[in-house]
Amino acid sequence: MATTPNAATPTDFTVSPRSWLRRWTGADEIAHFITLVAAAALLLIAVLLVYQLWTLSAEARAKFGWSFFITKTWDPVAGDFGALPFIYGTLVTSAVALFIAVPLGVGAAIFLAELAPPKLSSSLTFVSDLLAAVPSVIYGLLGVFLLVPVMRTTVQPALKKTLGFLPLFRGPSYGIGFLTAGIVLAIMIVPFVLSVSREVLLGVPRDQREAALALGATKWESTWKVVVPAARIGIFGSVFLALARALGETMAVTMVIGNNPKIAASLFSPGYSIASVLANEFSEATGNLYLSALIELGLVLFLLTFVLNGLARLLILVTTARGSGVLPT
Amino acid sequence: MSPRLAWRKSLNFVMLSLTGLCALLTVSALFFILGYLAWNGGKDLSWSFFTHLPAPVGEQGGGMANAIVGSLKLLLLAALFGVPIGLLGGVYLAEFGGRTLPFLVRYTADLMNGVPSIVIGIFAYALVVMPMHHFSTLAGGIALGIMVIPTVLRNTESFLRDVPLALREGSFALGANKWRMIATVVLPAAARGILTGVLLALARVAGETAPLLFTAFGNRYWSPGWMQPTSSLPVVIYTYATGPYEDWHRQAWAAGLVLLGLVLVTNILVRAFLTRGTAYERT
Repeated sequence: MATTPNAATPTDFTVSPRSWLRRWTGADEIAHFITLVAAAALLLIAVLLVYQLWTLSAEARAKFGWSFFITKTWDPVAGDFGALPFIYGTLVTSAVALFIAVPLGVGAAIFLAELAPPKLSSSLTFVSDLLAAVPSVIYGLLGVFLLVPVMRTTVQPALKKTLGFLPLFRGPSYGIGFLTAGIVLAIMIVPFVLSVSREVLLGVPRDQREAALALGATKWESTWKVVVPAARIGIFGSVFLALARALGETMAVTMVIGNNPKIAASLFSPGYSIASVLANEFSEATGNLYLSALIELGLVLFLLTFVLNGLARLLILVTTARGSGVLPT
Repeated sequence: MSPRLAWRKSLNFVMLSLTGLCALLTVSALFFILGYLAWNGGKDLSWSFFTHLPAPVGEQGGGMANAIVGSLKLLLLAALFGVPIGLLGGVYLAEFGGRTLPFLVRYTADLMNGVPSIVIGIFAYALVVMPMHHFSTLAGGIALGIMVIPTVLRNTESFLRDVPLALREGSFALGANKWRMIATVVLPAAARGILTGVLLALARVAGETAPLLFTAFGNRYWSPGWMQPTSSLPVVIYTYATGPYEDWHRQAWAAGLVLLGLVLVTNILVRAFLTRGTAYERT
């Protein structure tokens, strides 16, 4: 054995009590493998989720096909299932929610990003984050006992008097219904619009504001004509994100929407949403067809939010990358 | 001042005040909710609320001891199931990952984060309740655990990435293996942030009702072991609020106050104490 003094094998003369750990040469590989399994577990869960929704809804998909989406009847006794009233209810309540929440959230985000001093801005953002943490069922509780009576006695009659010429604001005031559900949803999604829009607005480079101000623009003009357009795509992203939240929101909507599968032009009318019918009927579903029709509704909801979330993330990514100067504007 | 300038200035003033009003409205919603719940739920909150079982229908009094314990059991299961996967997965993304798999995992995590909770409920129903043929604490815990994973995973990854490279190089230079470097240097340095993420994720699922409706279901009595249906605070609030009895409504308010209090206190404490300052300079 020819050994040079320099390449001598290192020998440990001081054996520390934990040195076996160091000599376990496979340890890195084992750690790699264990963490890999954990990461792969998430993928597996996601795949399994899609697989379960797909296979368990097979019976309903085979029986109703695409007509599931355009059928208005939902009759568990006769075994006749159509998703249209639920899809309609989900879309209408979400639309009402966006109509209220987007101006409110974007307005507040402009205030926090452009006007408020940093300390105030960060404490208000903190409060908004807390608002996002309030459980859905709490909103439902307030909706049922506070908002519904107010809607019935005050808001709906007032709307009928002033805007009653629109088909949206006609019919008896029950208090519950699309409008009430939309308002509760709006309050729930404002924090999401706000926090994402604020991030995106803050990402717009400072020189753009300063350039506008230097040209003699007022604060509002620089915000509205320079900063907001630059952040436009990201704000759209926040809206999609909020929309995805609104579509999947269950408890608060279930408690105030009225749970009646019907399609009506009036926002005062009680309705139903996909998430609420799942919440109400899933545990009581008798028969495989009933259950698989409900699971197909779940699949629809999953796909809707899946697409919207993907789109939202893409949009936010594009603007934040642009704002930080990674991509040319 | 020309009329044009006056117009522009007043528009400026009006619009800026409006944005301030938007912010005020949004923020005051929280205080309103908190105040209204405290006012309505506070008067029915008593010691027996925490120590007694629900009274039979029609009888006054009773408490929600079983729902509180049920919620804690569900959270424990969710933490046991979700936190290890999220944590280790996050370590993989930040420390080991290659190219395609981390991208896929990250994207999946973000999408899973947006999956409606009721759909997660259906999934847990198909996964646990259908093979077992009955509702159980276990099924509810797994449903909540699945919701915890994406948040913990993404959060762990981002905090691990913030640990400066110099710390890693230093530990390599001292002769540590990669896994020792991770376990004894990087993880402790990021521990505070990771803990924040875990606690916030748990606080979020603590208030979830939808995934429990057909997994943990509900129970008017104690739920022995892990294989029986169990009551939980959010589900009880839902059933009581939509139920027909005046006494139930009062209990729902009290339970709502307890739940909101727990969630908000956790959020405030975690955000105020754990995120204030890190063990290292953020790069």
